[in-house]
Order: sequence, then C-alpha cells, then structure tokens
Amino acid sequence: MRENFSLASTFLVPESFNREWRRNRLFLYISRRLSISLLMLLIVSFAVYVIFAFLPFDPAALTCGKNCNDPGIIEANRHRLGYDLPFFTQYFLFLKGIFFGRTFGEGAALISCPAPSLGYSFQQHACVTNLIGEALPVTLSLAVGALFMWLALGVGLGILAARFRGGLTDRLSTVFVLVGTSLPTFLTGLLLLVFVVIKWKFIPFPEGNYVPFLENPFQWIQILFLPWLTLAFAYAALYTRFVRSSVIETSNEDYIRTARAKGLTESVILGKHTLRAALAPIVTMAGLDFAGLLGGAILTESVFNLPGLGRLAIKAVTDIDLPIIVATTLLAAFIVITMNLIVDILYAFIDPRVRVA
Amino acid sequence: MTLLSVKNLSVEFPTTDGLVQAVNDVSFDINAGETLAIVGESGSGKTVTNLAIMGLIPKKTAHVSGKVLFESATGQVDLLAIDKEKLRRYRGRDIAMIFQDSMSSLHPFFTIGDQIIEAHQIHNKVDLKVSRNRAIELLELVGIQGAASRINSFPHQFSGGMRQRAMIAMALVNNPSLLIADEPTTALDVTVQAQIIKILQDLQKELKMSLILITHDMGVVAGAANRVNVMYAGRIVESAGVNDLYANPLMPYTQGLLASVPRMDRPHTARLETIPGQPPSLISLPMGCSFSPRCSQKSSISGNKCETSMPQLTNRTSEHSARCFIGESQ
Amino acid sequence: MNSPILEVKNLYKTFPLASQGIFSRVKGSNKAVNGVSFTLNQGETLGLVGESGCGKSTLGRSILKLYEPTSGSIIFEGEDITQYSANKMKLMRTKMQMIFQDPYASLNPRDTVGAIIAASFEIQKITPAGGVKKEVQSLMERVGLNPEHYNRYPHEFSGGQRQRIGIARAIAMKPKFIVCDEPVSALDVSIQAQVINLLDDLRDDFGLSYLFIAHDLSVVQHISNRVAVMYLGKIMELAPTEELYQNPHHPYTQALLSAIPLPDPILERKREQIILQGDIPNPVNPPTGCVFNTRCWKAQEICRTSEPALVQLGASQVACHFPN
Repeated sequence: MRENFSLASTFLVPESFNREWRRNRLFLYISRRLSISLLMLLIVSFAVYVIFAFLPFDPAALTCGKNCNDPGIIEANRHRLGYDLPFFTQYFLFLKGIFFGRTFGEGAALISCPAPSLGYSFQQHACVTNLIGEALPVTLSLAVGALFMWLALGVGLGILAARFRGGLTDRLSTVFVLVGTSLPTFLTGLLLLVFVVIKWKFIPFPEGNYVPFLENPFQWIQILFLPWLTLAFAYAALYTRFVRSSVIETSNEDYIRTARAKGLTESVILGKHTLRAALAPIVTMAGLDFAGLLGGAILTESVFNLPGLGRLAIKAVTDIDLPIIVATTLLAAFIVITMNLIVDILYAFIDPRVRVA
Repeated sequence: MTLLSVKNLSVEFPTTDGLVQAVNDVSFDINAGETLAIVGESGSGKTVTNLAIMGLIPKKTAHVSGKVLFESATGQVDLLAIDKEKLRRYRGRDIAMIFQDSMSSLHPFFTIGDQIIEAHQIHNKVDLKVSRNRAIELLELVGIQGAASRINSFPHQFSGGMRQRAMIAMALVNNPSLLIADEPTTALDVTVQAQIIKILQDLQKELKMSLILITHDMGVVAGAANRVNVMYAGRIVESAGVNDLYANPLMPYTQGLLASVPRMDRPHTARLETIPGQPPSLISLPMGCSFSPRCSQKSSISGNKCETSMPQLTNRTSEHSARCFIGESQ
Repeated sequence: MNSPILEVKNLYKTFPLASQGIFSRVKGSNKAVNGVSFTLNQGETLGLVGESGCGKSTLGRSILKLYEPTSGSIIFEGEDITQYSANKMKLMRTKMQMIFQDPYASLNPRDTVGAIIAASFEIQKITPAGGVKKEVQSLMERVGLNPEHYNRYPHEFSGGQRQRIGIARAIAMKPKFIVCDEPVSALDVSIQAQVINLLDDLRDDFGLSYLFIAHDLSVVQHISNRVAVMYLGKIMELAPTEELYQNPHHPYTQALLSAIPLPDPILERKREQIILQGDIPNPVNPPTGCVFNTRCWKAQEICRTSEPALVQLGASQVACHFPN
C-alpha cells in the first residue's frame, strides 16, 4: 500500500488527507481561491468587453462583409445586434446571454443563440458558440495528446539524465534540449511533414480532414500524431532541462540524505521522496502550458490544417469578425484562470506548506 | 564489548583544485552503551567520518578506504566491504543517524507520522497499524504531547525542538544499537538543547544504546560523553576519557580549544585565550603536523620536527592518546 | 560610565499577520517587541540575551530604525529619533551601526572587500584625509585583515575573516554606538574568541558603546557590563553582569543559566539542572499576565492575570511577582 512507489502514486492524494473536512486548511484554501477566480473571470470579461467596445471599428459595418456599403443593412444589423444600446446594457446583455441564451432581432429576422451564447457571427452565419463548439474538440485533442507526449518524453528523459548524470543519456538529452528549444514549432512541423511523411514515408500522409475520436479512433490518431510530435518536441525539451536540474537539486537536499540514512532503497528514495519534491513545480508549469495550448496552437494548427481554435481565431482576426474575436479571447482567459485555479489546488495537495492561505 | 571498530578510515574527495583529504587514517572504537563525543571545528572531518561509517558517501563523489567493523546481531561485519544492498539493511535498523538541521532533514511533503512509519516499515514486515502504534509510542517517549494527533502534522508545523525530537523518534524506531548524532543541538535554543541532551541520555540508558555525539560545544561534551575524540584537519589528535581530557589535555590544540571557551563559572578575564590563525585548507595541508602553523608550543621541540614530520597517535596512559611530539615517550 | 547615549522607552514593534479566510484580513499580530525600556550609557556594553522569538534581533533593528517602531521612543544622544525619516536617519547612520550574524549572507558577493568597506564613504560623501583607499586599508589592518587583500572577494575569505570585514565596515564611519547582532554565533569556537577579543579592543580604543545581542550566555558575560534577559518581547531581568550571573532573580534567568552546559565534566554532572517544560509560546499569542507563567515552576494565579512591572531589586531590575 504505502510502499507502492510507482510514479503515478507519488501524485495521489496524500495518505494523510484529513477527515476534518470543514476546518481543513485545504478546504479553506480551495474556497478562497475559487472565490477569487470567479471574481477575476468577471473582471476579465468586463475588460475584454471594454477593449472591444472602444476599438476604432464599427462593429455593425463589419457585419455585412468587406464590400458592403448599404447603410440600410448596416443600421438594421446595428439594431438587431444591439450595438445601438448603451455600453453597460450591451455588456449586461452579453453576460446574460452566457447564462440564458440570446435572441437577436424580431420576427423574420430573428436569430436565436441558445445558452451559453457568446454572440453571433454574421460573416460565418452561425452562433459563435457553435463555431467554438466545433473547434474546441480539435484543439482539446491536440493539446491533451501533446501534453501526455511531452510529459512522458520530457519528464522521463529528464529523470534519466539526472539519474545517470554525465553518462551518454545525459549528453544526448542535452543535445535534445538544445535542438528542441531552438527550433520554432512551424519549422519542426514542416520538417516532420517533409521527412517523416513525404520522403521516408514512415507515416502515411493524413488523409482528409480532422475526424473526431469517436468516429474513427485510428484515423484520429493518424491525423494528430505528427502535430502531437511537433508540439511535444518543443515542450519536452524545456521540461527535460527543468526536470533534470530539479531532480539533481532535490537529490542534494538534506531530507534525501535522511531517507538514505533510514535505510530506504534507492528506488523508493527516487520514486517517492525525490520525485515528489522535484516534480511538484511541473504541475504548475504543465498546467499553464496546457492552458496556453488550449487557447489555440496557432502555428501547428496552420501547418497541419487542423480546424481548431487557433485557426478560428486567426481567421476571425483577418476578417475582423468581432464577435468571434471577443469570444475566443474570453475563452482563452477563462481557460487560463481555470487552469491556474486547478494548478494551485493540485499544488496544495502535493505541498502542505502552501495550504496557509 | 566493542560495538564498532573503525580501522584506518580515509576519505578523499577529488576536486578540480586537488585532492581533499577529508579523513586521514582514522581509527577508533566504541563500546556498547558508551557515549563517544567527536569534537572538532569546520574542516576537521568529524561529519565526513560518520557519513562514511553509514555508507552515505556516494562512490562517485569520494574514495573511501579502511575497515568499519560492526558487531551486529548476526556477527561481525565490515560495513565498507559489503555490498550496497546488505549495507542498506543495517542503516536505520542497527545504526541510525540524526542531523543538525531538523527543518531541512525532514521531507516537507510528508507528515511526521508517515516518515516514522516508513522507517519502521522498510525494516519490518508488519501491518501498518503496528508501525503506526510504534510511531506514537516513540513520539511519546521523546516527550511530544498529544502524540496520537501530532502524528498527522507536517514538519513545518512543529517548532525546532519538537522537530529534533521527532527526528530522534524516527531514528530510534527500530531500536538501533548505535545512534550517531551530528550536531543535534547546535541549531537549538539553549533551554531546548538541555531538553534534547537529557532525552538522548535517558533513551540511551533505557535502550542500552551507544551514542556517537558529534559537536563543537565543549560544554555538551562535558555533560554527556564518556570518551572524547578530538579531530583536526582530518585526523584524530587526541583521545581520552572525558574527565581526563578536561583535566589534562595533552595536545596544544585541545588545550587551546578548552581555553578559548568562555566560562561562566570562572572570574572573567580581560581577554579570552585564542588559537591564532584558522583551520587549514584540506587541499594544501602543511607539511608535518597540521596544527603546527598555529601552535604556540612548537618551540619546545628541537629543530623544526613539528613542521617536517607528522606525529603519530601514541598512548600516554591506557585510556589517553595524543598526536603530538610534546610529551612523547622516547 | 557617564551619560546615557541611548534611551529606549516603552518600545513596541508588532508585525501584523494576514488571516486565512476568503479574503485576507489582518488577524492578530506578531508582538515581537512588547514594551521594552532601558538606557545605555556611553562606553558601556549592554548584553541582550534570549531565545528564539524573544525579539532581541527585532529590538536591535528597531533601535537602528531598520524597522519602524510601532510605538514608544528612541532617544540617541539626546535626540528623539523615533519619528525620523529615512533621510534624517542617513546622517545618524554615521553614529549608529550594526554588525550582522551571518558572515556568509551579509556581504555582497559581487563587491570586493575594499568596495564593501568603502561603501559608507561614498554614501555619506565623506572623504577621509589621505584618501578612501588608505583609510580602508588601515581599517583592514585594524581588524586583523591583510590590507593587500583589498581587491579580493568575500568568498575568498573564511567565516571569521568575513566577520572582520563586516566589523571594518561598521567602524568605518567612527560610530559611537554599534548593535552587534549575534556576531559570533556562526563561527567556530576558536575563531569566536578572536572576534570577541577584537570587539573588546575596538571598544576600548574608540570608546564605543555596544548593544551585544546573543543567545550564548557565556559569551555575553565576557563582554558585557550589564545584561538584559528577554523573553517573548519583554525584558525579564536587567542587571550588572556579575550580579546577574551570581545572583539571578528571575526564574527564567535561572533556568537559562542552568541550561548552559559547563565545559567541566565533574562540575557539569554534579550540578542541579533546571529543565524547562514545553516550548516557547508563539509570539502571536503570548500568555496573559506574565509571559513566562506557562513554563515557570513558581507560577501562581497572579502570574496568569497580572503582568509584573520591571522594578528595581538591589542592583538589578526584575519583572517578576516572586523573584528570588
């Protein structure tokens, strides 16, 4: 039980999780962070809305496309979308839409976007939420897969490099780190496409477009494999470097010497004592990197033609499709705030010293 | 009965600046139930000696040679000659060690209870419940109130004195026959120090344990030790029973050490006696006696013998030996 | 000993603590210095002893205005410096200085020794006769360092030598008053004696007054004229050195003295030791009444309810309802 020192178990809920739920410091810590996060979300949503409200574009004029000059349509749209309302009313309606859905216009020109409504894109003739709903799974698949890959590669290589410091593994890992951190993702992606797929034909060229996991898992993997590899390559390099130095540093701590003096085996010392302390910061790092990716891995999605959030956001910026831009920005902020919260809570599970407040 | 016999122990650290001879041909014995104090200042080698005994110096870092003969329950064993896995079984079970800084020596992420239980579980195939009860029993033994609930606390929630007691409890969980205490009270307040020393002494009597006490505090040594080894620059320079050492220190370093400690029970003089200079660098040790550059009595030796040759550790009485040309029987 | 160079009256220094609720509120405070008064005469050394959390370091730093006192007053050479701004204090810093405990942490590793000692001259815009370098080198010699090492870096020196560098820096401006905050605790025993002797000599040569903070009572006895014993932010006893050590009145002083092991095996094992129970209470929640009552073997009801004042008892001042 307690001596199960496989890697996974080092991050399980600590054995001594207190039964005194209410007064538990962890509970207080979590509730405090939760309230602050909610407050932050509100502030961010307001800030985003303010920024876009005061941009030098006329949102109504943008609704009918680039070459539209008919003032009648523009005014009609302005009214339908509520752009003629006072600023705070617009903001309030926007917020309300997130919880209750929103309808634009009346009668024949009625557009209804169910909750959570993030607005309506005239250029794409769709509720923004639907567009995001289509793009999000792609980005999610990309991000989650890449996360597992880079954690496995980065942490694994880092631990090996630290354990066999000075050996061949260590030196190879240094090369890997150097190359990985120097190459930009679009270059890595392109190189992988050119060499692995086209020239050497290790992996068949991904046929067609993205396919959801549930439809055809095998093809899903095939399409996402290279993008995962591209992202993982860059991130793994960073993590290898960090993990290596963190493990080496932790190995020199006094409490590791005590563990050895108690007569623990080297695998327990490494697996349980060293790694738990050395990898704790990884939780924070990985969480935040993951959050960044979820906002849209723009370069990778472009190189591999994946219809994710990154592509959606870029297209919206080029087309100046304001509702989508607002929504993707807000979504990215939401993801970052949420991941921050999750990461902080996870860290409090691991390190009891931060449960003070 | 001799419990531990260290013979010709040497520890060398290869560094970019040269070979550091941290411990140089050290030999000593400790008997069952005895308290041996190892006294020295920074660079004397007192800590490295004991880390070497426990096998805590990685082979990659240093070259350790000599013999460490330990009387275990199953017979005599040379701790430096057996393989790592066998040595590991003695660590924490027959020989235990506690360290100076209890805050950094306990893992911050695990509770005190978990860490003590772990020490018990690794050497005993018993139920967790049994280990847990043992942990509570020991925490009470070292004087921690409310042990049953404090067992779930984390190291940072304890005060310095309590942490040190918890470390002692952890070290004693398997009833070791030898406890090595590396400066256990240096980081503690003086009233807490008194408590900890008392606990160590009481436990030693109760558990019939031998204690190696590493310290630089001559007061603690006077109160707790049966015998004393004084170390300087990697060598033992004097070894004696505690009364004898204080009454009749033979080596000028020991004399200087005792003289430079301010004493409350004596009328205070205008100036403290000092030993001029500072401890030597272990990379470039002086030729001859390591202490000679600072010794005020070398003039009593003819020629410059002190600077050219190293005196040997010779017996002056049956229990008292010193490494010095002064007083050496010809 | 003549006129007072320093008068401290009812000094308080509390550090507020944030709480653990949903939003942080100020909940409780660490009463590090909880009502301290004493005077220091010119040329005198006042030893200040106590254990962790007693507030002695905070007191030393508050006197030098490194922390702003919460209330009370500090009068230096007749001037009330309690409310002095940082600018006004700058001038005072030529007269009041500090020597720190950790010789490894208190010197900037990127500065040469010469630069460290010379820094005060630059800050105070004073140029000594003969130039800064000459003055620094003569200071180095005075504290026992080789003046040729002017351009070396701190890591090239041993602990004892680094402490001497710190001392040289402190006396560069020829101050009148120096707070020595545990100056020898981090040093080896044989080096401690050297540094203590140096501090002794400097005091005689320059007519300095010291506030000597330490937890080692034997060291303090050697160098001090009077000794104050602190516990949880308050002074328990303040007496001339000989009187305190021969004839301690406060139970805490007795316990403290009793806890120090004597470097004499025969005497040490024969004597009666008072072993205090329990740990030092948290300064955020000091006990009511006399702060020592939770560990005092003489404690009675009055000790829990009423705080004893520091009153004169013979040559000593004691804060106890049942002094010896």
